[in-house]
Amino acid sequence: MPGRVCSTAMAVVFATMVVPACAATVQITMENLEISPNDASAKVGDTVEWINKDVFAHTATAGSGDFDMNLPAKKSGTTVVKKAGTVEYYCRFHPNMKARLKVVP
Amino acid sequence: MFTRRSAALAAAILLSSPALLGGASAADKPTDPQIAHIAYTAGVIDINAAKQAQKKAKNKDVKAFAEDMLRDHEAVNKQALALVKKLNVTPEDNDTSRTLSKQASDKLAELDKLDGAAFDRAYVANEVAYHKAVNGALESQLIPSASNAELKSLLQTGLKIFQGHQQHAEHVAAELK
Repeated sequence: MPGRVCSTAMAVVFATMVVPACAATVQITMENLEISPNDASAKVGDTVEWINKDVFAHTATAGSGDFDMNLPAKKSGTTVVKKAGTVEYYCRFHPNMKARLKVVP
Repeated sequence: MFTRRSAALAAAILLSSPALLGGASAADKPTDPQIAHIAYTAGVIDINAAKQAQKKAKNKDVKAFAEDMLRDHEAVNKQALALVKKLNVTPEDNDTSRTLSKQASDKLAELDKLDGAAFDRAYVANEVAYHKAVNGALESQLIPSASNAELKSLLQTGLKIFQGHQQHAEHVAAELK
C-alpha cells in the first residue's frame, strides 16, 4: 500500500504533535469486464481511484446509492469514501460486474 | 409470445445449423473466418436494433439502454475488425450469418409497426432473447470452435459483455412491467 507510507513518515516527523489523518488512495481496476481487487478495503476519508482499462464504458454504482461513478472507456475517476460499512457495487451497463468495498472507520 | 418464439427459433438455428454449428465432428466446426463473420454480424444486428430504438423508444431507460448497446457493440466490432486485419483473415459469409441477418431484418420490420410503450416492451424483450441466444451460441459453439487464441479471447470478452447486456435488458424489462 504505497499510499500509506506518508502516515509513517508523518508519524516520525510529528511524533510529538497530533498526527494528522493521512488519507490513502486505493486503486480499483476494471479490465476485461472484471473488477480487481474484487474485495477491496479502505478507511473513511480515503480516496478510491477507479481505473477503467477497457474500451467499454463502465460505472461504479453503489447498491446503497452512496456513489455512482461514470467511467468512460480508458478513463479514471476518484471518489472519497465518507461512510463506514461494506458497500456492494456494480456496473450499471454490465450488471454482471460486481464487487465489494469495505470501508472501516 | 411472438418474441419468445422467434428467440427460440434464433437459438435453434444458431445451435442446430448442421453444416456449421451443430456437427459433432471437427470437420463440421465453423472455421475462424466464419466465426469472425458470425460474431461481427451478430454485433451489427444489435447496432441496427439500437438505432431503430433510438428513433422510436419513448421510455428513458429504454433509450439509455439502446445507447449502451450502440456504444458497446460498436466498440466490440471495432476490436474485431482490428483483429481480423492483424491476423490477415477475411471474414467469410456463411449460412448462419445469412440466417441471422434475415431474421434480424424481419424483426426490425415487425418492431417498426409498433409505437410507444408497445415498441419499448417488444424491443427490450427481443434484446433479452437475442442476447440469450447469442450467448448460448458463443458458449457452446463459437468459443470452443475458435482456433486462434486472440479470436477466442475476443469472443470470451464478448461473452462477458453480452451476458452483462442480457442482465441489463432483463432489468429494464422488469422495470417496464
